[in-house]
Amino acid sequence: MSFDELQNLFLSPDLLERYGPRFIDGLLVTAKLVAISFTLGALLGLLIALGRLSSNRFISRFTGVYVYFFRGSPLLAQLFMLYYGLGSFKGFWQDVGLWWFFRDAWFCTLLAFTLNTAAYQAEILRGSILAVAQGQREACKALSLSRWTTFGKIILPQSLLVAIGPLGNELILMIKASAIASLVTIYDLMGVTKLAFSRSFDFQIYLWAAVLYLLIVEVVRRSLKAIEGRLGRHLQ
Amino acid sequence: MFEHLSLLSFASGGWGSALLAGALVTIALALSCLPIGLPLGLGVALAARSRRRWPRAMSTVFSTVFRGLPELLTLLIIYYGCQIGAQKLLAAMGYETEVAINTFLAAMIAFSLVFAAFSSQIWLGAFKTVPKGQFEAAAALGLSRRTTFTKVVLPQLVRIALPGLSNNWLSLLKDTSLVSTISLVDLMRQTNLAVSVTKEPMLFYAVACFGYLFFSAISGRLFQFLEQYFSRHQRSARP
Repeated sequence: MSFDELQNLFLSPDLLERYGPRFIDGLLVTAKLVAISFTLGALLGLLIALGRLSSNRFISRFTGVYVYFFRGSPLLAQLFMLYYGLGSFKGFWQDVGLWWFFRDAWFCTLLAFTLNTAAYQAEILRGSILAVAQGQREACKALSLSRWTTFGKIILPQSLLVAIGPLGNELILMIKASAIASLVTIYDLMGVTKLAFSRSFDFQIYLWAAVLYLLIVEVVRRSLKAIEGRLGRHLQ
Repeated sequence: MFEHLSLLSFASGGWGSALLAGALVTIALALSCLPIGLPLGLGVALAARSRRRWPRAMSTVFSTVFRGLPELLTLLIIYYGCQIGAQKLLAAMGYETEVAINTFLAAMIAFSLVFAAFSSQIWLGAFKTVPKGQFEAAAALGLSRRTTFTKVVLPQLVRIALPGLSNNWLSLLKDTSLVSTISLVDLMRQTNLAVSVTKEPMLFYAVACFGYLFFSAISGRLFQFLEQYFSRHQRSARP
């Protein structure tokens, strides 16, 4: 077997030339999707975590149901429900002027991913807020710090240190889950892969997509480990 | 409102029985991953603790790959990979036919591998909680390696591993919805079919979501019961 044949078996230059740039685009779409929905999900998740810890029965019950629903059902079903389900009320959205949002698969995917990851992150943040020792809160009271200062300067920094590990896992899960976006016509890495496969019927495309995903996940995992070590350096 | 309910009825024109059949396929698929996934995960964890280098390296590669790949991609790789592989094999033997792999089988293999990779990490974590003294005591009693593992270590492992395994089971249950993309007629696929016929996406996708929620709730109960059963020696005596 000559070198050319060997190269054709693993990465044919023809395929690389034709689909290489598309893969870069797909990679960027995946990155954008995960970055935006994870950030918005973190903000929403913090609010929901605070809602779950609230002493108001109604708020804590409502946020509890929200978290239970989004963690208990598959992301795929949620995405279809938002995209096809809410999209079916065309008249209503046109009346309120939001049709541009629910017409677009991109926005619907962002919304579904944000709502989904917010539920998971809320549980992580709730656990980490509860993990901060009660004495810290009592000490703040004794110093007569305001509630806002107590939360922003004392509780949150300590709980984020606990939360960063699980939040990193959630980020990796989100990167993996973002492949689902390809099912509603988004050309992320997975979408590009499926397109390229349906045109060329060359199985190595799937294997290259697998290598790319593994690479992303591994890089993210290692950098998270480094960040975690750096943030917790006063504990070592 | 009543029209909507009639769409879900079990009579003709209702989608009740179709959805139920799909739900049974979902459950069957998730359950059939356990007999392969659980022992394989345990095996991978044992390999990771091996003293020799090769089993350790293999288990690291296995768990990194199947935990790092998106489930959808794993599913498609196994599905198309088996198909193309079988076709090539048959072509080499002289048959030129189109091979269609059973979608249920492909999904079962893919999700078993993913489940094994994730559960191996749970088993590994559980191994760390078993004190060294347990192994030494078993050795002092002259128990064979097999007896040490099955009678002394494993019962303790199961108790520690159950909460983690319950999480893995729940994500497996939800991941099975992806098989609708390789046209295995599970709950999600039936829902898609119902939507394309009735044009009522909101209703049917909400029903599907609640179907999965229902299964999650039931499994939660089941695992609670199992946890109680496996930690029955730790319960304090009732007066």
